[in-house]
Amino acid sequence: MKKVSVCFTLNGDSVTAEVPVTWSLLKTLREYFELTGAKEGCGVGECGCCTVIVDGDAVNSCLYPIPEIEGRSVVTVEGIAGKEGTLHPLQKAFLENNAVQCGFCTSGMIMSAKALLDKNPDPAEEDIRTSLSGNFCRCTGYVQIIEAVRRVAKGNT
Amino acid sequence: MQDFEYLMPTNLDQAIGLLKKYENKAALIAGGTDVMVKIGKTRKAPDVLISLRRLSALRYIKKNGGYHIGALTTHRMLEQSTLVQSELSALHDAASQVGSVQIRNVGTLGGNICNAAPSADTAGPLLVLDATAVLEGPLGRRRVPLKEFFTGTYRTVRKPDEVLVEMEIPEDLGRYGSAYWKHTRRKAMELPLIGIAVALKLSQDNSQILDSRIALTVAAPTPIRAYPAEDFLKGKVIADDVLKEAGRIASSADCCTIRTSLRCEAWYREEIVRVFVPRMAKLAAERVKNR
Repeated sequence: MKKVSVCFTLNGDSVTAEVPVTWSLLKTLREYFELTGAKEGCGVGECGCCTVIVDGDAVNSCLYPIPEIEGRSVVTVEGIAGKEGTLHPLQKAFLENNAVQCGFCTSGMIMSAKALLDKNPDPAEEDIRTSLSGNFCRCTGYVQIIEAVRRVAKGNT
Repeated sequence: MQDFEYLMPTNLDQAIGLLKKYENKAALIAGGTDVMVKIGKTRKAPDVLISLRRLSALRYIKKNGGYHIGALTTHRMLEQSTLVQSELSALHDAASQVGSVQIRNVGTLGGNICNAAPSADTAGPLLVLDATAVLEGPLGRRRVPLKEFFTGTYRTVRKPDEVLVEMEIPEDLGRYGSAYWKHTRRKAMELPLIGIAVALKLSQDNSQILDSRIALTVAAPTPIRAYPAEDFLKGKVIADDVLKEAGRIASSADCCTIRTSLRCEAWYREEIVRVFVPRMAKLAAERVKNR
């Protein structure tokens, strides 16, 4: 099994990983770094449970070949809370707005929402819906999820 | 998972050199949203994957003596381009409906075209915008009109040692308007059941159709132009019954070979073509007026 060594920034820290070249970013995050916030749902880029932010853009980490991560900056759901464990405003809003049911989609939802708000702090509801359209919630709590994002967008938390 | 080598050239010459070196052992990968899915599903991979992702020089949308869109331009870049939205509207309609934001952030125009799925969203719009594919290989560059680019399902004229460099669109779009309809059951994360792209060129008073182009996806083994329906429209004064007849011709066996598949029955696809060719023609005409 051919291995590849990659250096990149992970949640603000410089890291190196030596993993099989066939691994995805998702597998590397989960198996090598033991960061299990990003989930594998479908494995083909449809469900969005594996969403992380690479250089500011939300991407499906399940489809991201690990060699491509060289030199890039990755943020996962583990990297967005404050140092002392203070929750990110989106995490707080999801809790307070009952936007979490089984929780499997939550980290992906939060990362897609964060990628949106980082670029557009005051999005229209349509922008929120578009940004979350690649994140499936099978408990169907979409209304609460969109509402949670909207609260943070408005700075109402 | 079958082992592979993953190479990341940083310029076009390197990429072509690697393609030449590995010949049929290598395959190109850009955003990876098709290639990685295929490798994951089949558990089979080529011996060498040559990534084009570091060829940042091929990510651009330019207007000078025509429109030039680099093959590595992402769907997201097309979606967020005001130039594309106002002047290449059908392409904007298509790019902003590919997959999800996550997919559009990495998926490329060149990848969508070279993968050559019968359902490729950007193919119809590029066909009605009369785009030309620019390919580069060890022997230099060649230009192939997109209407001659697709040779079968998932097959194109691109040779194994060639890289798609850019899509060119002729400049004289002043009196043209275009629109694309992606017929789906859901609002997002869908492949089209049928795709309909229309471009019209109108006279100065917006009454007469000077030129018309209609393209259909999922209506044949490759994305196609509906020439008989186009010819019918040329020179006609724009009117409901004229557009309706164009829809009828486009949905007939004169233009397409619509089939029943797992995702949709043929009669329904034909109905959608019949109904949405006129609707997209109207939208394209509206867009000429609003330019």
